[in-house]
Amino acid sequence: MIERSYDIVIVGSGAGGGTAAQELSAMTRDGVRILVLEQGAKLADHEFTGVEREMAGALYEDGGGFLTADGTMSLAFGRAYGGSTVVYTGTSLVVPERVIREWDVPGLAHADVAARSEKFKTQNDVHLLTDAELNENNTLFVEGCRRAGYYAQQFPINVRGCLGSSLCNLGCPNAAKMGTHRVQLPNAERNGVEVVTRAEVERIGEDRSLRVRVTAPLPHEKGAASTWAPGEYVIRAKVVVVAGGSVGSSALLLRSGFARALPALGRGFTCHPAHILVAEHGREITNDVGHPKSFYLDRAAEEGFVLETCMYFPFVTAKNLTGFGASHSRLMRAFPRLQMILVLACDHATPENRIAVDKQGKPVVHYTFTPRVIESLVAATRASARIFFAAGALRVHAPSADPPLIEAADAARIDYLVDAKHFKPGKISVSAAHLMGGCGMGRDASDSVTDAWGRVHGLPWLRVADSSLFPDSLEINPYVTIMALADRVAEQIRREAGDLLGSVATHVAERELTAD
Amino acid sequence: MSPPVLAPVRAQFRALASSIVPEAAALDASQWDAVEAIIEEALATRPPAIHRQLRLFIRALSVMPLLRYGRPFSSLSDARRTRMLSAIEGAPALVLRRGFWGLRTLVYMGYYGRADAGVAIGYRASPRGWLAWQERAP
Repeated sequence: MIERSYDIVIVGSGAGGGTAAQELSAMTRDGVRILVLEQGAKLADHEFTGVEREMAGALYEDGGGFLTADGTMSLAFGRAYGGSTVVYTGTSLVVPERVIREWDVPGLAHADVAARSEKFKTQNDVHLLTDAELNENNTLFVEGCRRAGYYAQQFPINVRGCLGSSLCNLGCPNAAKMGTHRVQLPNAERNGVEVVTRAEVERIGEDRSLRVRVTAPLPHEKGAASTWAPGEYVIRAKVVVVAGGSVGSSALLLRSGFARALPALGRGFTCHPAHILVAEHGREITNDVGHPKSFYLDRAAEEGFVLETCMYFPFVTAKNLTGFGASHSRLMRAFPRLQMILVLACDHATPENRIAVDKQGKPVVHYTFTPRVIESLVAATRASARIFFAAGALRVHAPSADPPLIEAADAARIDYLVDAKHFKPGKISVSAAHLMGGCGMGRDASDSVTDAWGRVHGLPWLRVADSSLFPDSLEINPYVTIMALADRVAEQIRREAGDLLGSVATHVAERELTAD
Repeated sequence: MSPPVLAPVRAQFRALASSIVPEAAALDASQWDAVEAIIEEALATRPPAIHRQLRLFIRALSVMPLLRYGRPFSSLSDARRTRMLSAIEGAPALVLRRGFWGLRTLVYMGYYGRADAGVAIGYRASPRGWLAWQERAP
């Protein structure tokens, strides 16, 4: 067992961990030693090939097929230097005021989150694509929305030099997406933060030690070897920032035994359950070229759903179409004529939906579709079908219809054909990539895990800085809000540096207070 | 290196896979090998209990038609195969629906995970994006 000591250890390198690392990195000039531990690997630019099977295996936990406990939903989350920011589409939205108000976290104001969000949008080069960069999968959505009486909005996205590969969810092959692996982590490393990959944190002790296992790459596996030798490590820290994502952070704190004092740990899990809907046009369209997710329709406040344009790859598309056999194959062979919409339900925290760990300490996610979520998915599917047909589609594949294919001649019967009675968990594919909650912010240990600054109740040396902080669904794509919250966590650590880190950082805290 | 999961049930698996993706019936030996190699790679990281459950499920689906038709799945007509699998896909018991969903997911992974299959369905995505598109355009 090898022992090492740092002042601050950050677990995870995604939107939360990468941002916290950058925002704390100036402290290294004052002698503060900061370490980031990332479970996944760091891939070289040439290893981002855009090939579905190899990239899914290299960048996602369980290849993107992590299943909930009852096997009725797939959860997709990244496992790489940069976390899930390597595999998102770069959509960069600021959380609506309504959501922060409904969260009702003492000390968390929307104006503060919004201001920090804008800071990171600027840093990540967030902007709107020009009309010339939009593909028909997106323009048909806009046109369909307009004809069906909806208002589609354009996503600001964080790309620089995008070639329109459409492969964002497999890691951009052109280094164009400004995830933490391109912006915040390199900034942090330039300032002296140490980032160690292939390092899995098994437990955090109440003595502020972390038990870490570093592994060697498997033969033919993508990604560089860790800068640390494979083996078991004990890392002693003064401050620990947990940012392993909703599932990862919750599971780490659960297997470390913190649930005894924190009964809310693992609770409040939400994930925007989603369907991929597909429609067939009579002609080929530009769908697998161009940025895949340029527009959305926000019906969260009115009907509990959001629609987003999307484009997926052969296996993911096949998996998400209901059914099998000749009808399934026919639709797959129409790939160049397919238009796609991702429908997301804005779910809410319930006592049943939670993160736990098994006997080996591995995460287990319990999730039951509430009637409200099912109704939201059905309403979203009906709206999508109207949009598809308004855009000229010949037929629509709707998971909550039986049979799932709806012909244009039946467009007037959408409300009848798409019905909650056809939503059969285990038969239809449901997936989620916006994993939230488990270490929610709140008042005290009776209702939450942390305060509004990510400070774990009763353990001032332990902080959380990722989407697990969300006490309920965010109702938009989450990375910008995660960055804003991680920025708050870092700021508070800097303020308390004197108490947390001792003499090594007293002047950091003094400077922070003077800056106010 | 764990032993191949599908090897003991290869014939039954291929019969089921050919009903899930009809084009699979036309695969040659090396193409089947490619399909199964992709699936084996995905299964390699799963616990042995999952491997056992998968083999059990494949065997159960293969013999289930004996009760109704007096012959195994591989000897059924296409129409009867489809009818039986549709019944399993929508079965009242979640364990059956989930089992079939898992099997079809593996079949789709193996079949559509091959570059050949992408070409066959007209999948055109390229890392070079619009540049590649413009070069292809007439």
